[in-house]
Amino acid sequence: MYYSKTILKRFLSPKFMGKITKPDGVGNTQNLKCGDVMKIYLKVSKKQGKEVISEIKFETMGCGHAIASTDMICELALGKTLEQAKKIKFSDVALKLGQMPPQKLHCSSLAQYALQQAIFDYEKKHLKPKATPKKN
Amino acid sequence: MQEKQATIYLDNASTTSLDSKVLEAMLPYFKEQFGNASSIHALGQTARVAVEKAREQVALFLNCKESEVYFTPSATFSDNLAILGVVRVAQKKGIKPHIITNVIEHPAVLEPIKHLEKTGQIEATFLPVYQEGIVKVEDVERAIKSNTCLVSIMQANNEIGTIQPIDEIAQVIGNFRGPKKYPLFHTDAVQAANYLDLNVEKLGVDLLTLSGHKIYGPKGIGVLYVKQSTLLEPIVFGGHQEAGLIPGTENVANIVGLGKAIELVKSSKLKVQSLRKLRDKLIDGILKEIPQTFLNGSREQRLANNANISFKGVEGEALLILLDQAGIAVSTGSACSSGSLEASHVLMALDCGKERAHSAVRFSLSKNTIEKEIDYVLNVLPKMVEHLRKISGFKV
Repeated sequence: MYYSKTILKRFLSPKFMGKITKPDGVGNTQNLKCGDVMKIYLKVSKKQGKEVISEIKFETMGCGHAIASTDMICELALGKTLEQAKKIKFSDVALKLGQMPPQKLHCSSLAQYALQQAIFDYEKKHLKPKATPKKN
Repeated sequence: MQEKQATIYLDNASTTSLDSKVLEAMLPYFKEQFGNASSIHALGQTARVAVEKAREQVALFLNCKESEVYFTPSATFSDNLAILGVVRVAQKKGIKPHIITNVIEHPAVLEPIKHLEKTGQIEATFLPVYQEGIVKVEDVERAIKSNTCLVSIMQANNEIGTIQPIDEIAQVIGNFRGPKKYPLFHTDAVQAANYLDLNVEKLGVDLLTLSGHKIYGPKGIGVLYVKQSTLLEPIVFGGHQEAGLIPGTENVANIVGLGKAIELVKSSKLKVQSLRKLRDKLIDGILKEIPQTFLNGSREQRLANNANISFKGVEGEALLILLDQAGIAVSTGSACSSGSLEASHVLMALDCGKERAHSAVRFSLSKNTIEKEIDYVLNVLPKMVEHLRKISGFKV
């Protein structure tokens, strides 16, 4: 299995691994086929009237690509408004990681789903839900 | 990783390194002695002599006649020939043949059987192996029917190293068969060859598969032992080579290499006890030092070089990559590395759950493995597992 240098670096020392003790939103998702499990924890704060992801962490039980994908989506989502973060696609993650083998793309799509679920969880608790997360 | 050469090689169930004595034996047949073993002239005859010497070496190892040894392009080819070849003859009896196998066979056995079943050419029974990864003899006995033409059970498994009771199964088949021709008994002995007795008389098999590259020989060469060639038809067609059963110009260098490799197995078998000790040190070290780890498959009925262990809360491929970074080469049954996203069919068959299959790593030692290497693995592994459990949030 091909592991690019970027993916290897992310996998060996992820920046966002861990748990937020009192999160505002949690996404917990599992790929029923391969068995990978991803959790994303969010803290949301208001900035100029907009809700912004101010802290984000993840826990992933999966291969190096799955771990690198969750770490990358956390980086892409940090500091974004919820509306912006919802638009982050698995392809953005894959593009940032570079040279992701096709059979590993589902890892990044699981990461996208985990992030969307975390946002949805926040909205469910704090606002009226605007949209249900879509699985890619 | 592709940039870094593995220094501690614990993936010998995938392939073994070529023994230098084997390489030495092979070298003349690439250039100086390049003859076609079917040619009448002197060059051809030198190649023929080399091929027949290798056949003798294999026959000696299996305790069979030289005429019962067939060289094939690979063990996969051998397995396919055993299954498809037997079915072709059996079909001529006008009855739909039945084949018995088990769920943890190598794909080289499972896939041709599934193909025959799917295309309506045979009936097939896939026996379970339970938690220990071992076929029950009474299950074989119960499964045999009047139209059973072939039973195919591997001697030892490639992933978990479990050893099947081949001689007992042969007895059950023999009792049923009596003076009749069927059922025939095939065993894939590819993984067993380094460690177990492959005397075909004692085992009581009619067909047996061997591979070159699992016994410190070359890749791209296999053997099929065939007790009665009239019960087998070719599956590819061409020249007269290997009595017309496996047409194609003999791969002389590889055949010579396999012959030499099989001759050397005898001396490496003397080291099996010390190899088992090293393997036990690895298993006990991991199970003791790292909490929530489990050995997959029977501990007793197991090849001396195999340790297949699940690390709860850790995905197998992630651990494989960390080990690779430290210069240790292993393999995994995890779904992530399968391409199909399916966890290993062998581990899934053990009925220990998907998570355990997902977190399994196979360490397979060789005759060249030394204690220092095992110590190094035991030294670095706990930190790697701890690191990955931190990432996955798994609490011990």
